[in-house]
Amino acid sequence: MAYLRAFGAYLPSRVVDNHEMAAATGTDAEYILRGSGIVERRYAAPDESVASMGILAAKDCLENAGLAAGEIGMLLVASGSAERRFPGPASAIGAGLGINGVPAIDLPIASAGSLFGMALAAHLVPAYGNALVIGSEAMSRVVERDPAHRDTCILFGDGAGACIVSAQTGFAEIRDSGLSSDGEFAAALRLDFDAPLAMDGRTIILQASRKIPRAITELLERNRIPPAAVKAFLMHQANLNLIARVAQALAVPEDRFFRNIQRYGNTSSASMLIAAAEWRGQNPAAPAGPLVFAAFGAGLHWGALLATP
Amino acid sequence: MNQQARITEIVEKVSGKPLTIGPDESLFESGVLDSFALMDIVSALEREFAIRIPDSDATSRKFDSIARIEAYLATRS
Repeated sequence: MAYLRAFGAYLPSRVVDNHEMAAATGTDAEYILRGSGIVERRYAAPDESVASMGILAAKDCLENAGLAAGEIGMLLVASGSAERRFPGPASAIGAGLGINGVPAIDLPIASAGSLFGMALAAHLVPAYGNALVIGSEAMSRVVERDPAHRDTCILFGDGAGACIVSAQTGFAEIRDSGLSSDGEFAAALRLDFDAPLAMDGRTIILQASRKIPRAITELLERNRIPPAAVKAFLMHQANLNLIARVAQALAVPEDRFFRNIQRYGNTSSASMLIAAAEWRGQNPAAPAGPLVFAAFGAGLHWGALLATP
Repeated sequence: MNQQARITEIVEKVSGKPLTIGPDESLFESGVLDSFALMDIVSALEREFAIRIPDSDATSRKFDSIARIEAYLATRS
């Protein structure tokens, strides 16, 4: 058995609003808002890194869980924007938390990385003990802020989220998950060496709008839970309009989908855990029904995870 | 109604306005459709032509213009 024990988050202090972004990219703030639902995003300070933000999110999560770092048996760290090819940020985060010796695994999976980490952690905690899953991204450093790249750069922000999966106790049990990958569309969203992030936005949105509802539907049908019975959907925050489309496809009221993309933009693999941390902060009581996590992104990688009280 | 007219009707229904561009012009670059309208176009084509468009064919390039949609549908007939 595996349980969700706590979430945590860290957001850099610098706010980049749509007016600043519009001035840098030769567009207007209303265009950005209309196309994405994003009002502002956060940018990391020059002395912040994927690892340093991940450490702060992890500390927030440990505090929320009432656990010491020494009680963590495994780290799973997702990031698509790590500063170097290797080593990835996982071992640096372990060192920053003072838990050298604990296995620290990098998942170089943008967007859906945290979901993959949570699903893997659910299987690994019986052997390794409490797993700390982290998504941390410095997306501002992998996009080009100019008119030629405006449709991409306006979307992204920086931040980190964290989750502790435990074998013993938690506020919800991880019941099931479904993960999928499809390399046929690897070129549609990619970060090559020495080049800014490249995205065929229309294809990505089309693929996401088909695959996310299907992944959630298959997961819920397998567990005989109707979408209407789900109390909260905690999704990768890619685009407000996409979240609305997923809600529509599942015939679920939009307000069941927690949304904070308006304030943070798309923080890639960190976004779902940042959303989960805010949702949990606003809903500290035991959940009144099932929770569904879902993500989609570069790879393509996508999936959904079910947790019940 | 020929196939191009049926496709045009779908595009006009999704965009909510008469189509004023040529069959080879991009529906997206010209501003006729936004990114999210692509999924509506694909769904409407599936209904109108009674086909299932697989994920492997769900790319913006295949549905970028009236001519490209027509060419794609020809491969499905």
